[in-house]
Amino acid sequence: MANSFTRMMSGRHTAVILASIGAGTLASGYLLSDHVAAAAERTRLYPPSADYPDLRKHNNCMAAALTPTIYGHLRDKKTPNDWTLDQCIQTGVDNPGHPFIKTVGMVAGDEESYEVFAELFDPVIKDRHNGYDPRTMKHPTDLDASKVTSGMFDERYVLSSRVRTGRSIRGLSLPPACSRSERREVERVAVTALSGLKGDLSGRYYSLKEMSDREQQQLIDDHLLFDKPVSPLLTAAGMARDWPDARGIWHNNEKNFLIWINEEDHTRIISMEKGGNMKRVFERFCRGLKQVEHLIQERGWEFMWNDRLGYVLTCPSNLGTGLRAGVHIRLPILSRDPRFKRILDNLRLQKRGTGGVDTAATGDTVDISNLDRLGKSEVELVQLVIDGINYLIECEKRLEKGQDIKIPSPILQFRK
Amino acid sequence: MPFGNTHNNFKLNYKVEDEYPDLSKHNNHMAKVLTKEMYGKIRDRQTPSGYTVDDVIQTGIDNPGHPFIMTVGCVAGDEESYEVFKELLDPVISDRHNGYKPTDKHKTDLNFENLKGGDDLDPNYVLSSRVRTGRSIKGFTLPPHNSRGERRAIEKLSVEALTSLDGEFKGKYYPLKSMTDAEQEQLINDHFLFDKPVSPLLTCAGMARDWPDGRGIMHNDNKTFLVWVNEEDHLRVISMQQGGNMREVFKRFCVGLQKIEEIFKKHNHGFMWNEHLGYILTCPSNLGTGLRGGVHVKLPKLSTHAKFDEILTRLRLQKRGTGGVDTASVGGVFDISNADRLGSSEVAQVQLVVDGVKLMVEMEKKLEKGEAIDSMIPAQK
Repeated sequence: MANSFTRMMSGRHTAVILASIGAGTLASGYLLSDHVAAAAERTRLYPPSADYPDLRKHNNCMAAALTPTIYGHLRDKKTPNDWTLDQCIQTGVDNPGHPFIKTVGMVAGDEESYEVFAELFDPVIKDRHNGYDPRTMKHPTDLDASKVTSGMFDERYVLSSRVRTGRSIRGLSLPPACSRSERREVERVAVTALSGLKGDLSGRYYSLKEMSDREQQQLIDDHLLFDKPVSPLLTAAGMARDWPDARGIWHNNEKNFLIWINEEDHTRIISMEKGGNMKRVFERFCRGLKQVEHLIQERGWEFMWNDRLGYVLTCPSNLGTGLRAGVHIRLPILSRDPRFKRILDNLRLQKRGTGGVDTAATGDTVDISNLDRLGKSEVELVQLVIDGINYLIECEKRLEKGQDIKIPSPILQFRK
Repeated sequence: MPFGNTHNNFKLNYKVEDEYPDLSKHNNHMAKVLTKEMYGKIRDRQTPSGYTVDDVIQTGIDNPGHPFIMTVGCVAGDEESYEVFKELLDPVISDRHNGYKPTDKHKTDLNFENLKGGDDLDPNYVLSSRVRTGRSIKGFTLPPHNSRGERRAIEKLSVEALTSLDGEFKGKYYPLKSMTDAEQEQLINDHFLFDKPVSPLLTCAGMARDWPDGRGIMHNDNKTFLVWVNEEDHLRVISMQQGGNMREVFKRFCVGLQKIEEIFKKHNHGFMWNEHLGYILTCPSNLGTGLRGGVHVKLPKLSTHAKFDEILTRLRLQKRGTGGVDTASVGGVFDISNADRLGSSEVAQVQLVVDGVKLMVEMEKKLEKGEAIDSMIPAQK
């Protein structure tokens, strides 16, 4: 259960706060009534129809779902943290998208955004997550790594294995909305918890602000360092504000378990290593996650989670498990086969370049990971990746010997 | 209107030390002025439209600046920002505008007849002349803060006003949203078209939101007078032509501005102006006249002279590359314009440009003949 501190953080009333700082407000000469009157006048002058965005050239999930009626219902609502719909959708308005790539087009500012603006978030979630209906369906969470089988890949093909997810700390606003003090609080909570990790998970924190040049170079060489976001998808959502204040990276001594703090989410947790031992990567992932969760709970904090949406993160595309499990793999023959894309689609896998999302493949090496995030558990998704990668390796081997390959039948979306 | 840090009351539950930004690596006017104590004092305020100090300063936090170039680091969200956040903006204005005091009065003079000369700059050196300013429309919030509804209302009002002009000002409005490729190509070739802002100084202040909704360009048939709608300010008004007849450029500028202002006043939406700050614009650097009057001038010899920068400073002029602010000069051709905006009138500022450029062309001619220019170097204006 959330302790009294988190309760205080999440359900406040503006009047109470203003009463407590009444003296200051009066002295400044701008009474509450001035501001309320001005706001009422603006609402009268600019009804929702005047503010409804022009989305005719847009190709993203938000633009497809946001009708003038929905906008009219939601424009004047606020979350308990005073976050509004216009702030959720700004990134989708500013980034019309590409005819071939459908982005999400909206973000949450806090946990309550998904409730207060459910009328828009629910269809967007359904669109992005293959028909998952948050109104009627439940998301399963399963971090028991022992259930996973055949998780050891042929290392003549698989160069490295990686699993990542995100976690948000309940009671603090998300990166598009958070104030500097909230962001610093996230950093404090996370770093304090991480300092409690022991054994193969023990490590240290590198604040982006205080990093030395040498440390920075080492982190870049180890492929661990993240940069200030430049993608307009992220900057238009306000996630790069105050950079690099309260951002940093924690990693264990072995450099195979790391946490990004205050990048696109409160925390991003990554387990990775060279080679094909996905089972070990996932096992460390689950163990580390559970320990971190335990450590923050000891201090009265918890992760944002509910049984409708699973783990709550900034971008609706990462709801549910927030999990991307993948490998860097060499498939020189298969990757050139015209059936490759169809095989990936049916296996519910996705390819990316070796620089991550929106990059190109280098040489024959490609990044393959799960497409889905919501509606299946972590164990199910990782198993799906393991089975899928093993299938792809089989195909590559067959093609090497001049044998033919089969396109597998498509995997079912959600379990009943 | 909803944007950025408007959930201000919620932030007040955190201590000042926890919310105060880290400005230790910053070089801009805002960072030099905003102490923790000042921040603590003004952070619970908002203008009637809901703009807060965090909104004002976000661009300055996100853009630490450069050791050699001092940017302003803050913007206004509405007319009232300059009042409500006086403690912060008055010292910023003073730093930026040569010690301008909170009690000083600014003089506005748009009577082109008061300009002396300016019609005889040597066209062998002065390639083109241009005067620009900005105007904000009373009753609306400014580009960092306004909603789509407001921006569209500003566009509607502006288009009505601008397309009703006649004579040499008669022209057409091109909304960015529905421009054809041919129109776009033509406007680029004419050097009229403005782009979606990419400078983080502008994007971090929220001015590029909803692009290109509500944005457009109007220009007259002669292509000597144009107005940008909803770029960095509500309106940017530009008068320009080839050659050195700055007098004619300034006349067209003044007459056009006054015609536009009359029309806006009739709709009860005059321009934002007061006798302390002159014309109110988004960036404090453009307060006063908001005027940048300048020429593209060939000064290959003078520009490499050891005293070039000092001459410019004494003449109260500024050099830029031919692409505008933060660009390099091409082929010895420089953009020379007035450095001041606040504390002197439009006529006075353009006079400085006219007199200063005339002098510098004479210096260039002297240097061409191999003669010295030391006796011509002016005293500080």
